[in-house]
Amino acid sequence: MPALRAVGVRDLLDEALASVLARPSRSALTVLGTVLGICALVATLGVSTTAGHQIVGRLDELQATEVVAEPAGGSGFGAPPVSELPWDIEDRLERLNGVVAAGGYANVDVGDRLVSSFLIERLTRDLSFRLRVVAATPGLFEATRSTLSSGRTWDAGFSEREDRVAVLGRAAAERLGITDVAHAPAIFVGDEPFVVIGILDELAREGDLAAAVLIPEGTARGLFDLGAPSRLIVDTELGAAPTIAAQAPLALIPNDPDQVRVTLAQAPRGVQAGIESDVQALFVTLGLVALLVGGIGIANTTLVSVLERVGEIGLRRALGAGRSEIALHFLAESTLLGFVGGILGASGGVIVVVGFAASRDWVPVLDPWLAPTAAVGGAAMGLVAGLYPALRAASLEAAEALRSG
Amino acid sequence: MLLEGVSRTFETEPPVRALRQVDLTVDEGDYAAIEGRSGSGKSTLLNILGLLDAPTEGRYWLDRADVLAQSDSERAATRARRIGFVFQSFHLMPHRNVLENVMLAGVYSRMPRGERIERAESVLQRVGMTHRASFVPTQLSGGERQRVAIARALLTHPRLLLCDEPTGNLDSRNTATILDLFDELAADGLTLIVITHDELVSRRARRRLVMVDGMLSEQPRRLDEPA
Ligand SMILES: Nc1ncnc2c1ncn2[C@@H]1O[C@H](COP(=O)(O)OP(=O)(O)OP(=O)(O)O)[C@@H](O)[C@H]1O
Ligand SMILES: [Mg+2]
Repeated sequence: MPALRAVGVRDLLDEALASVLARPSRSALTVLGTVLGICALVATLGVSTTAGHQIVGRLDELQATEVVAEPAGGSGFGAPPVSELPWDIEDRLERLNGVVAAGGYANVDVGDRLVSSFLIERLTRDLSFRLRVVAATPGLFEATRSTLSSGRTWDAGFSEREDRVAVLGRAAAERLGITDVAHAPAIFVGDEPFVVIGILDELAREGDLAAAVLIPEGTARGLFDLGAPSRLIVDTELGAAPTIAAQAPLALIPNDPDQVRVTLAQAPRGVQAGIESDVQALFVTLGLVALLVGGIGIANTTLVSVLERVGEIGLRRALGAGRSEIALHFLAESTLLGFVGGILGASGGVIVVVGFAASRDWVPVLDPWLAPTAAVGGAAMGLVAGLYPALRAASLEAAEALRSG
Repeated sequence: MLLEGVSRTFETEPPVRALRQVDLTVDEGDYAAIEGRSGSGKSTLLNILGLLDAPTEGRYWLDRADVLAQSDSERAATRARRIGFVFQSFHLMPHRNVLENVMLAGVYSRMPRGERIERAESVLQRVGMTHRASFVPTQLSGGERQRVAIARALLTHPRLLLCDEPTGNLDSRNTATILDLFDELAADGLTLIVITHDELVSRRARRRLVMVDGMLSEQPRRLDEPA
């Protein structure tokens, strides 16, 4: 008694491949719809991820993650504000979910004191400068995404101890002739000495601080006349800015949040992204329609091929194929067509995305799973398309198939 | 092989009783010819013998197995390994060459791939077609095509060869070649059942059966015929 057996997978694929290749131009035309559908889908999704990554690139990203808080401007002209912004900005804001860094600053009223890198200020007025002196909290450096060309910045401890340290903006350092902090250079604001512990290279935000001398807020209060912070900068996670903007006033002045004016850099791409998503929906729809047409094409060709190849089906039955093996054979053919269409379509889609990105000097961004998923999706569609023709083929009576073939 | 009271009625309008109570015993190594007028039911009988069709009535044992009780895949396996078919219209795959056509029989019998080529070359040699192994069927004469089809049927070492008018499309010279081949196969112990219209063919068989209106009868061998 012969054991139950199924035809080997390799034989099945070989037979399906041979049948598909036996009619190359028909197979190519059949696959075309699937190729177009998959290509449209991959291209649309790829172009939109590429564009999406472009939107959150560099400048846009900087704007989308920035929140600025300022005093609302007082209750009347000239009158002092009822409530002032606090200096413990980091404590109040960094516990909000989505805040990366926060800090604030205010100009220090230094009267007519000049800033010099020499003690002999009064003798050499030419080497002394009228520089902006700014009191800042330690979080400001990170919140403005500053980089240092030399040294370090201060932390909360310096401010509490009222340490006489300063960080110079790049332009201020140039004027004072200080290039690095290796030998702990000193500067004088009037008669007050400060040790320069760091020199800023770039400030991504609040670029005008490059011309200022920054000192810890605690130190400034002890030595000079210092009011409330005039500007608070918050660096947020991507997408968190609107939420932070809504929460910040209450966190800063809980009993009078109206005194805080919050500005959110409006992402200029917002509207454009909306348009893009409409276009994207259109292309995805077109892609799905093309895919459906492609699937119908495969189903149709496979069905025609079943009807044309009745004799071959009879022969295969005579050679020992069971009904299930006949069904599997035609399923393998349609799946193969779908798979090839999927691969070609995915490749075409990737080419479109790369070409599109190149034409705009963008970096193409593709989900690494997109192309394999598309190819497998094509195969799955081919499988579904082959179901009915395969059942038709399997239901043929062997004897009749042989006679009519 | 044993058939008992086998009938086959096609449920058409009006119903066609293609086989009526056929009893048949075929021993291992028999060489039988079935003659009969067109429409008498010869092909119907052959399809039932080859497990391509099932009778509406009766019983059928092949190698002591009640094949009618078997599942579709069990019968397919029996066809793949025990039975070879040869058809009047050859049934060769037009897009494949001679060697590939012959090897196709190995797919469904689960013959290991390596063995298939060797075996195909040896059966092609047996039918004298080695020199045409890379030709496609359209490049062959009718007689050559039928020899390729016989080679395909022999690939899996079947015990039973069923031929439905194998020489129906051939001239007398090609017919003679095929008949010589059948003689050799019968001499090797293969069981052969050949349907034919041709007196020339049936005279070469050891047994002659005649089908009349779906009823089968054995014809006694005439004295002037070779045994
Ligand atoms: N599927 C079918 N449906 C209806 N009738 C059928 C079917 N198959 C065969 N028949 C009928 O059964 C009868 C026997 O057919 P069969 O093919 O066995 O004849 P045959 O002896 O092989 O004839 P030929 O010598 O012409 O090949 C015929 O009358 C035919 O019309
Ligand atoms: Mg017939």
